[in-house]
Order: sequence, then C-alpha cells, then structure tokens
Amino acid sequence: MADALLSLAGVHTHIGHYHILQGVDLAVPRGELTMLLGRNGAGKTTALRTILGLWRASAGAIRFSGTDIAKYETPAIAKLGIAYVPESMGIFAGLTVRENLLLAARLGPPDEQRLDWIFGFFPPLKKFWQLPAGRLSGGQKQMLSISRAIVEPRKLVLIDEPTKGLAPAIINNLIEAFVELKKTGTTILMVEQNFHAAKSLGDAAAVMDAGRIVYSGRMSDLAQDSAQQTRLLGLSLEAHQ
Amino acid sequence: MKPVAGRSVDLVPPALMLAIALGALALIRNPSTWVTLTVAGLAMGLLIFLMSSGLTLVFGLMDVMNFAHGLFIAVGAYVAASTIKVFATAAGSESFLANLSAIVPALTAATIVAGVLGLFFERLIIRPVYGQHLKQILITTGGMIVGEQLIVVLWGPDLLPLARPTTFRGSFLIEDMAIEKFRLIAVVIGLAVFAAMMVLLNRTRIGLLIRAGVENKEMVEAMGYRIRRLFVAVFAAGSALAGLGGALWGMYQESVQVHIGASMMVLIFIVIIIGGLGSVGGCFAGAILVGLVANYVGYLSPKIALGSNILLMVIVLLWRPQGLYPVSRS
Repeated sequence: MADALLSLAGVHTHIGHYHILQGVDLAVPRGELTMLLGRNGAGKTTALRTILGLWRASAGAIRFSGTDIAKYETPAIAKLGIAYVPESMGIFAGLTVRENLLLAARLGPPDEQRLDWIFGFFPPLKKFWQLPAGRLSGGQKQMLSISRAIVEPRKLVLIDEPTKGLAPAIINNLIEAFVELKKTGTTILMVEQNFHAAKSLGDAAAVMDAGRIVYSGRMSDLAQDSAQQTRLLGLSLEAHQ
Repeated sequence: MKPVAGRSVDLVPPALMLAIALGALALIRNPSTWVTLTVAGLAMGLLIFLMSSGLTLVFGLMDVMNFAHGLFIAVGAYVAASTIKVFATAAGSESFLANLSAIVPALTAATIVAGVLGLFFERLIIRPVYGQHLKQILITTGGMIVGEQLIVVLWGPDLLPLARPTTFRGSFLIEDMAIEKFRLIAVVIGLAVFAAMMVLLNRTRIGLLIRAGVENKEMVEAMGYRIRRLFVAVFAAGSALAGLGGALWGMYQESVQVHIGASMMVLIFIVIIIGGLGSVGGCFAGAILVGLVANYVGYLSPKIALGSNILLMVIVLLWRPQGLYPVSRS
C-alpha cells in the first residue's frame, strides 16, 4: 500500500455540546481513492469538514504531507492543495458556470487543456458555460461542483456524497469522471452511501461508526465480504447491486 | 455543442419604476412639475444608494447588522463642511474650475476619512461580535451614540452650514421646467459610482469573490480565499461611500447636523430590504423607487408622504418577499 498523504490520529470534534468525532484514526494512501463509509450520523461529513478546518478539531493530529494542519485556518489548508466538494455542492448560484470555475482556479485563468479534459466527461458544462449555475439541474450542479475542485491539479480532493439524490445515468457519468480523475494520480477521500459506486471506485475503504473508524482495509476485500458489510453498514450486497 | 445564452436581467423592477413615473405624470398633469419631481426623486434615490450600497454588502458578506452606518454618513458630511470652509474663497468664486477645486477636495476628504474610520470601527467594534446578531445591534447602536457625541465635541452641537459652491447653485431652466443643478450632479455621481460598482462586481476577480462570498462564504474559504480580509476591505469601502453620500446629502440640504446619518437609517434599511439583502443591483433599484415615491407622494399627498416608503416596502415584500433582486444563499 502507498504511503499516507493524509493521516488523522485520535481526532475529536465537538459541535456545541455534541461530541461527534471520538478519536478518529485514519490513513489516506497517496494516489488512491479511499472510501469513507458508514451509516447516517456516523461522523463522515464531520470528518471531512474537520480535515478542512471548517469545524475545528478539539484534540488529535491531522497530518497532511507530514505537516500537522489541525490548527490551520480553512483558506491555509485549501492552499496546501486540498479541494472540497460538499454534500450541498456549494455552487455559487448567481455566478455563471464560467465564473464558478474562474474563481476555483486560484493560479490564474483555467488552463484550456484542463477545461477540455473536464468537458470531455461533463459536456453540459461547456453547453451552459455562460448560464447562472443556479439554473443547472441537480446533476449538472454536481458536475460543476466536482469540476471546481479539479479545475487545477490538487493533491487531495475531499468529496462528500457526490451521487446523493441523482439519477442512475448521472451517477454512471460521475463514476466515469472519477475513474478519469484517478488516472491522474490525484488522492481522493470520498464519503459515499451508494455501495455500488463505492465498490466500483474505491481502492481503500474505511468505515465509521459513532465517531470512530471501525474498519480499515482494501475496498475489494470489503466488497467480497457480505458479512462485514451487514455488520458494519447494515446492508446486504444483493440489495445494492 | 451550441452554448446556451448567458444570464438575463430581470426587467420587471425597471418596468415598475417606469410605470410609477408614468402613473405620477398622469396624476400630476403638469409635465414641467413632473420633470422637476422626477429629477429630484432620482437625485435623492442615487444619494440614498451611495449611502446604503456598502451596508447591503456588509450584511450580505458577513451577516453583520451595522446600526452605526449613519455615523459614517455624518462624519462625511462634517468633514466636507470643514473642508469647504478651508476652500471658502474657491467655493465662493464665480469660476466653475475654482468651485471644482473646492468641492473635489471636500468630497475626497469625506470619502477617505469615513473609509479610515470604517477600518478602525470594524477592528474595534464589529470584529469581536461576528456571528452574534443581538450583540451587533447593541454595540453598533452604542457606537453610533458615542460617535455622534464625539462629533458634538469636535464640531459643536449647532447646525453647520454646508454651502454649495457658487456655480453648483441654482437651476437650469428649459422652457418652463426648472432642474436644480446640484440634483443633476448628484445623479451623475450616483450613476458613475453605480457603474463603477457593477464593473467591479461583474468584471473583476475581487468582484467575483464578493458576489460568491455573499452567497456562500464558507465555500469561498474552502477554495482558499480569506473572506475576512475581503470583508474588511468591503466594510471600509462601504463606509467611504457612506461618507461620500453624507457629504453630498449635506450639500443637498445645505446644512449639517449631528443626526444627519441617523435620520437616514430608516430609509437606508427600507432600501436594502426592498432591494434584497446583499444585492447591489437591488439596492440601486430600491433606492430609485424610494426616491421617486417620496417625491411624487410628497407633492400629491403631503399628509401620507411620511409613511409612503413603509407602504412601498410592504407592497414590494408582499410581491417579492426576498426583495427585488434576491441573492441566492446556501
């Protein structure tokens, strides 16, 4: 297995009076796609937001390329090369598709070749280039949200439930895009409830329950172990194939 | 693949303004009076726009309720009055250029002093209460009271005259229509500032960041931008514009008193609510509507003039609860 680009050690997060993350230990291998799985309320989204500094870790270490970033402000963490695709997509509805991508490209205007590469798997973005993002469909908004995260090469992309609420055809489109993204060697940490998508994309897998990591291993091993799936995720593989 | 056409502008609010203006013409029945009132309404509206545009961005960007915004208006007016006094000879001259050499420093000084005061105010008063609305209301209201008393200490409690330079007084007469010169100047400056703001917001990266920040500041930070720095800059710019608006408003009224800013706050809040909180375009449309309605109703039915803008706000919010040009927020 590759070395870890990102690692969390004993990370705790409190939100108000709630103790959400209760000692998370997680290693995200460099150049791989790690699936973060778990039931609703297990703390998956909180883990992503804590990594990005949107919620502050109350204890523990978050190491990115060897640097402890637990005390860093969100913009400083993002500048290290970490992009985020939130569950809500977080698109700027009043800005056009073009403006959304222009803003995401911090180094200057988006590279034409990179844009063509993105348009290759998300053609609607080219078609609706000058349209306010708020007028896109749900699937197109998700395409834009993902495109924003990869409009420039990033070291790590955090993606929160990209297939949630989308039609199967769009989900297949997204899976193809993630396959293309994986080919570039980008490290990805993805929260996903859709087990079909998870097993077709994931290299590594970690399962959360009650604010802790309760399983860590290869995705292929978890995909073949229906007893583990039932125990950890409360699902039967047949139902999700 | 053929690209789909870009964003379209909602033309209903401008059509509403036109309908109100034409409706007023039908009721007034005297074209020259109508032109005078319309120019006065536009001038008043654009001055209110100058004073309120910063406040709407401050609210939109950081959810900050700044009840002390009127202080920057007052400071701008007083600084302009003092500067004009320094350039009294130039201001009293019959030469347009000499007058210009008095009014430009006055407006510049008002803008700069209010902007710098805004920087300190954000650091000392606003920053400790981010995200706490009740405390924001209390502390900014307190800041306004203290600021006004400091104005009394510095400039005294009496009404201060703020005479317009000689060539900026009087009216242009076109047949039987009288159009006050200073109102036209206010319209030109207001439109120029609006145009500059629209270029900044729509054609520059900093403008993109402001618009994105108004919609979703968390996402802007997640993309690597420091929203607080942007907010400080917007707060200072908004204060500076309030100072400029205050200076022009003082000249419009030809006098300055300590509550000049506070007395505008109700109108300013009406304008930013009608426009849609955080929307500069909405603030512009709201300000023009308020200016026109105040002048038309003031002429047609003076008894209800005081409440006309409240009534306007109620009607607009019943029609568009999020304002004329709502900002999408997530």
